[in-house]
Amino acid sequence: MSELPKARIATASLAGCFGCHMAILDIDERLIELMKLVDVDRSPLTDKKKFTERCDIGIIEGGCCNEENVHVLHDFRRNCDILIALGQCAIMGGLPAMRNAIMHSDAPLRECLDEAYITGKYIRNTTHNVPNDPALPLLLDEVYPCSQVVEIDYQIPGCAPTGDVIFDTLFKLLTGKFRGFEREMIRFD
Amino acid sequence: MSGTEKETGFTFTIDGVEIKAHAGQTIMEAADAAGVYIPRLCDHEGLRHQGSCRVCTVKAGGRSVAACTQPAAPGQAVENETPHLTKMRRDLVEMLFHEGNHLCPICEASGNCELQAMAYRLDMTEATKFPYLEPCRALDASHPDIALDTNRCISCGRCIRASQDVDGKGVFGYVGRGIHRRVAVNGENLADTDAQVSDHAMSSEVCPVGCIIRKRVGFAVPIGEREFDKGLIGHEIEEKRK
Repeated sequence: MSELPKARIATASLAGCFGCHMAILDIDERLIELMKLVDVDRSPLTDKKKFTERCDIGIIEGGCCNEENVHVLHDFRRNCDILIALGQCAIMGGLPAMRNAIMHSDAPLRECLDEAYITGKYIRNTTHNVPNDPALPLLLDEVYPCSQVVEIDYQIPGCAPTGDVIFDTLFKLLTGKFRGFEREMIRFD
Repeated sequence: MSGTEKETGFTFTIDGVEIKAHAGQTIMEAADAAGVYIPRLCDHEGLRHQGSCRVCTVKAGGRSVAACTQPAAPGQAVENETPHLTKMRRDLVEMLFHEGNHLCPICEASGNCELQAMAYRLDMTEATKFPYLEPCRALDASHPDIALDTNRCISCGRCIRASQDVDGKGVFGYVGRGIHRRVAVNGENLADTDAQVSDHAMSSEVCPVGCIIRKRVGFAVPIGEREFDKGLIGHEIEEKRK
């Protein structure tokens, strides 16, 4: 049987905790099996900062909390045939989205930054300013799930999803056998 | 219905499976007894039926009805697990997620939450098409033993019925209308009511989500060993048939 041509995958972490990338490493020794099927392009795993070729699968962790996240997500959508939102933050904003509403404020972002840098009880900020360097990406008014910014093909729920479900999904997509998730593998927490 | 049927009961079908019932039983009660699970959120054993969440909607005689309130009828052909009904239920559950602030990773009810478990069961894994409403809702931690995080409330009304009918207190009630309808407490805040942590309304099985929080007991059971980590919601009912 002839070997399948290698697919290219890319990954990125937006507004998230990087836990989903850690979960990718939970694939453990099956990574060797996976690496027989794929080359990794732009990804923190390879430390490549830009796409070198068009990719078959893009995997996004985290939602969009600033303009750079939106830029990266658009870049992935342009360069990937299939885009996967991996984990709770990419799917619905996750923990960063707590700043959207739960502050009981008319300006939740302002209140969040004020408490983090100025009014918080244990803050030692001698400038009494919110960081405002031009090099910092502009924060969005809210944290947005990836599907509200670009078209997403598949969503793998979980915080973080298990290595098992990530491997299973990727392996089945790469071998053309993906027919949806098995109920037992899906966890939302 | 003839007198004989009242005494001896009758049969009807759910997805072609013959179910025994007796007069006065709802479709859901008969289905539960026969080991056929009909998904539900606002209905709970021991509380009067409310028929508000509509997750239990089934087709009976071609009409959509709430299985928890619709009486079973002899010879009725009920549809339960059809692609159309499953999709409609999934849409309902998705809308509940979008209407409140359901942050499963930080919720102590994760793994014990019926809303989350229903999402597992209904394969809620596709991209959702509704916007997140992200409402600003109150957190009431005034009571020494109980807290309310209404961000997670799905207005199932189970606490209202448990408090009124079982505890005889009426701690909870609805306020507002339409999308603004909320569960509120009978006082300025929970500490001003006669709510006690030993009330049935505060027990872990009444609130299907993580809205009613009993203080100092969260995370006693680790994630991975919680109720719905062991099996899909409704599996105890379905196991009756095996």
